[in-house]
Amino acid sequence: MISIVLLVVPLAGALLLFVPGVDRRWYGVGVSGVTLAVALGAAAGFGYGHPGRMQYGVNAAWAPAIGLRFHLGIDGISLPLVVLTALLTFLCFVYSLRYPPSGRLFTALLLVLEVGLLGTFLALDLVLFFVFFEVVLIPMYAIIALWGGPGRRRAAYKFILYTLLGSGFLLVGILLIGVNAGTLDMVALAQRHGAGLSHGVQVTAFLLVGLGLAVKAPMWPLHTWLPDAHTEAPTVGSVLLAGVLLKMGTYGFIRIAVPMAPAGASVWAPWLGLLAAIGIVYGALACLAQNDLKRMIAYSSVGHMGFVLLGIATLTPVGLNAALFGNIAHGLITGLLFFLAGSVKERYGTGELSGIGGGMLSKAPRLGAILTFACVASLGLPGLAGFWGEMLALLGSYQPAPGLPRATFLTFMALGGLGAVLTAAYFLRLLSAITHGPSIRKAPVAALNRYEYLAWVPLIALTLAVGLWPKALLDLTTAPVQLLLGGGR
Amino acid sequence: MKAEGIQAASWLLIALPLAGAAILLLGGRRTDKWGHLLGAAMPLGSFAVGLAAFFQMLGYSGNARIRHLHIYDYFVVGNFKVDMGLLIDPLSISFVLLITGVGSLIHIYSIGYMAHDPDRRRFFAYLNLFVAAMLLLVLADNYLGLYIGWEGVGLASYLLIGFWQYKPTAAVAAKKAFVVNRVGDFGLSVAILLMFATFGTVQFAGVYGGIGHASQGTVTAIGLLLLLGACGKSAQLPLQSWLLDAMEGPTPVSALIHAATMVTAGVYLIVRSNPIFNLSPDARLAVTVVGAATLLAGAIIGCAKDDIKKALAGSTMSQIGYMMLAAGLGKVGYVFAIAHLIAHGFFKAGMFLGAGSVMHAMKEDVNMRKYGALRTVMYITFGTFFLGYLAIIGFPGLSGFFTKDGIIETAFNKGGTSGAVLGTCAVLGAGITAFYMSRLMFMTFFGEKRWDDDVHPHESPLVMTIPLMLLAIGSVFAGGFLVLGGFADFLAPVVGAQEHKFHWVSVPGTVTLLLMFAGVALAWMQYGARPVPREAPRGSFLTVFARRDLYGDALNESLLMRPGQWATRLAVYFDTKGVDGLVNGLAAGVGGSSGRLRRVQTGFVRSYALSMFLGAALVVGALFLVRI
Repeated sequence: MISIVLLVVPLAGALLLFVPGVDRRWYGVGVSGVTLAVALGAAAGFGYGHPGRMQYGVNAAWAPAIGLRFHLGIDGISLPLVVLTALLTFLCFVYSLRYPPSGRLFTALLLVLEVGLLGTFLALDLVLFFVFFEVVLIPMYAIIALWGGPGRRRAAYKFILYTLLGSGFLLVGILLIGVNAGTLDMVALAQRHGAGLSHGVQVTAFLLVGLGLAVKAPMWPLHTWLPDAHTEAPTVGSVLLAGVLLKMGTYGFIRIAVPMAPAGASVWAPWLGLLAAIGIVYGALACLAQNDLKRMIAYSSVGHMGFVLLGIATLTPVGLNAALFGNIAHGLITGLLFFLAGSVKERYGTGELSGIGGGMLSKAPRLGAILTFACVASLGLPGLAGFWGEMLALLGSYQPAPGLPRATFLTFMALGGLGAVLTAAYFLRLLSAITHGPSIRKAPVAALNRYEYLAWVPLIALTLAVGLWPKALLDLTTAPVQLLLGGGR
Repeated sequence: MKAEGIQAASWLLIALPLAGAAILLLGGRRTDKWGHLLGAAMPLGSFAVGLAAFFQMLGYSGNARIRHLHIYDYFVVGNFKVDMGLLIDPLSISFVLLITGVGSLIHIYSIGYMAHDPDRRRFFAYLNLFVAAMLLLVLADNYLGLYIGWEGVGLASYLLIGFWQYKPTAAVAAKKAFVVNRVGDFGLSVAILLMFATFGTVQFAGVYGGIGHASQGTVTAIGLLLLLGACGKSAQLPLQSWLLDAMEGPTPVSALIHAATMVTAGVYLIVRSNPIFNLSPDARLAVTVVGAATLLAGAIIGCAKDDIKKALAGSTMSQIGYMMLAAGLGKVGYVFAIAHLIAHGFFKAGMFLGAGSVMHAMKEDVNMRKYGALRTVMYITFGTFFLGYLAIIGFPGLSGFFTKDGIIETAFNKGGTSGAVLGTCAVLGAGITAFYMSRLMFMTFFGEKRWDDDVHPHESPLVMTIPLMLLAIGSVFAGGFLVLGGFADFLAPVVGAQEHKFHWVSVPGTVTLLLMFAGVALAWMQYGARPVPREAPRGSFLTVFARRDLYGDALNESLLMRPGQWATRLAVYFDTKGVDGLVNGLAAGVGGSSGRLRRVQTGFVRSYALSMFLGAALVVGALFLVRI
């Protein structure tokens, strides 16, 4: 039941906006707050003894003639992502309180976006998954195209072009699995581990599904929509894009591609690993060349999601757990970074590093300090959230699943390590360019206001908590990952 | 064995300074008035706990001195499990006392040194953060915990080098330190992965228990990777270049982090990992080679610097080179490495703080060519500095004499060609050390006044000079106390028991002593007997070579930075031309012409909704057809 409530609350909230006279200033905060409360309720009532079991299940006939079912559920893999989605959406609304109300449409779009995101993580029917996956696109497109920066139309267009292209592959792949297996039930399909699917079908299905998901992740070289979309999107758009949208791709890999087409996964894993490793280094190199704050953070996402994909490519429990951990860590930290980028851009009137021109620690010490924290967390300092996903991904590629070429994966590990060094380099370049040195600004910089604190403190606290106590998150994902991988190893 | 009594509370060691850092950072300006007092009290509190734990340890004997304190389960994933715990043994307690003892003195000194800095509170917050991370590094009972501390001290070092953020040079230096360290950290992290994969654990006990069953190749690989990590943190060749730039930080930072404690973490890592190195002669040899090369390189750099802090930094590199050399020599070496490390912690911290006191008097000028004759106005600073100086050059009876001679003798005892070569390097290094330290001494405290006109030097306040005096006492006695007082037996539970007797007179010792006097005499002829020019002469090829840090930066730039810049440009080019070009071209091709593409783009939401609808219809239709 709670799964349906999670979807109904934001959906009803969006629909109610058509009723005139709804208070707009606190409306979004209220609706997303209730959604977050429901998500936290789900987390509180979750049976932690059996994180591998689907809980809060809903399984109703939807279109019986073609075997479609409205099947939802939460296990240890989806729970953290559901909570992250609800939290980030809520924080986006809180953050938006600092502006004059931006209109019903914006609020409605964000809420519909939340429905799509939550639905993607809740869906247990392949077509249902695809529907939610697609629902996300429209509001995101509109948010970029209507509220974005000067190049918004082009960026929004690129975003939709890439992701639609990916969706096409994804749909064909899903249908290929569904048709050949005779069911669309994701739980059943995952339990079969490809039984009943021929080798050829699995190889093709993994490729198609993988391509569709890889665009979203984004995997190099399908990432180029991301920097544009991020640079042009309004702050809350960037936060949700980086914080949650990208995770839909990697989540799909773990929930669909790897368990349902394991033979295909073994064939394609080295290629996935290769592209992931290239993405790690490439993202870092591209970051070193950027002069725009948001663009740099966007490229850093390419690198970080590269670690997540590398973890998946190892096809080991360690690697998949690393990927899921990396998902959450990246959502928290990069979400925070984009919030910060928005606030910096607003105060300085530009996102160009040379335009900001240093001295933030003396001009706006709190903003500078939080930015330093976020950068240090993002570069993977041990003890903070960003570290564990990367370390475990490297550990996974040190010992990939049996049957995968070990020497190749060792090379990926080395590339990943190189990427980690470069990651430190570009984040420190960023910090030394804008937080240190003399300020070129005469005018004072506005202090942080209360909504900014309210939006950021939870992210900072969680980054610390997850980093210091990784067990909490890993205990959730370990059991379901074992199930998805067939209980072996 | 489980920790009991006060040792069961050793988590306080880390918690106190961590709490200090948290209070000062979160409290903000409200804590400005008393922040420095809290900041200085925290390491003192840790020192008290450490002392109590130490005396409790003395009550035990043998292996009962190794105590374990479980904190919490870190995580379990796959076959891997990590428990977070603390290890209280003779090695870690030695470091705890050094870190909290010397650390407390430096905190107290900083109250005076940073008195006029508006951000003094933040400075103490970072210092406390450093102490907490450093204590975690030496107390953790597993490599992952050690690594967290390792990166934590790196972060604190980064923050403190860049503390005066209005200085652009400080920002660059801080960045460089962190990035170069990251290269070393890569080695350490791969070593940890290797341990995970080989032993299924990273607890010290598990790794050392299983090391005997691992293949020789694995053991050597782990050893070499650990060495790479140690090179980064301890500024050893080839990752030495960051330390000289790190002198941009406030002087107490140079004393605490870049002389006494953090930079010696590499030596700790190797000595702690002694069961690994004991099994791999190749890894040990690599350690000695790195140590011997760095002890010479650092000493040569020290000879040419006119900046008092950079001269001392070169000396730090060199002295850590001695420790590394010792650590690579095996059992007896471990003891001398740690003994020298502790003695060095006292005399080098003392001299750095002395240099800070001098800089205070000279309006923050660091150029020794503008010093001279300071002994006449700064009695305490001069006196304490002079004792530190005698200690470092190995004057008979002072700290350095015992520990450094021990290392030299152990090197020769290694035997064979390698023993002779390493020993000779160490002896030569001792001579050069005497030269550059005497040069520094003469240029700063002796000779003519070469001060700028508006400089009126004065002695520093007591809050600064009392720590200097206490450190000077350590400089004089620490080495002898450790070497003659049975430090080898104390460390035996960790590094294994060994027979060793200190020889007051030996052949290498005598040669070293002669070279030392020669170095002092040479320095006297050049910088004591003759006036020192206020402008640096052009100098010979060798001087320029040394001034430029042996071209380490130039080498880094041409080998790493340039190709890196090319790679970044390539990435950007590829993004705009390659991928995007391809996809746009593809899209244009599919759309027939770019004109039609543009038409699709306008009113996109509508056409998208339409295509969604069509797509959905197609799906439903397809499903009907196949009837699943």
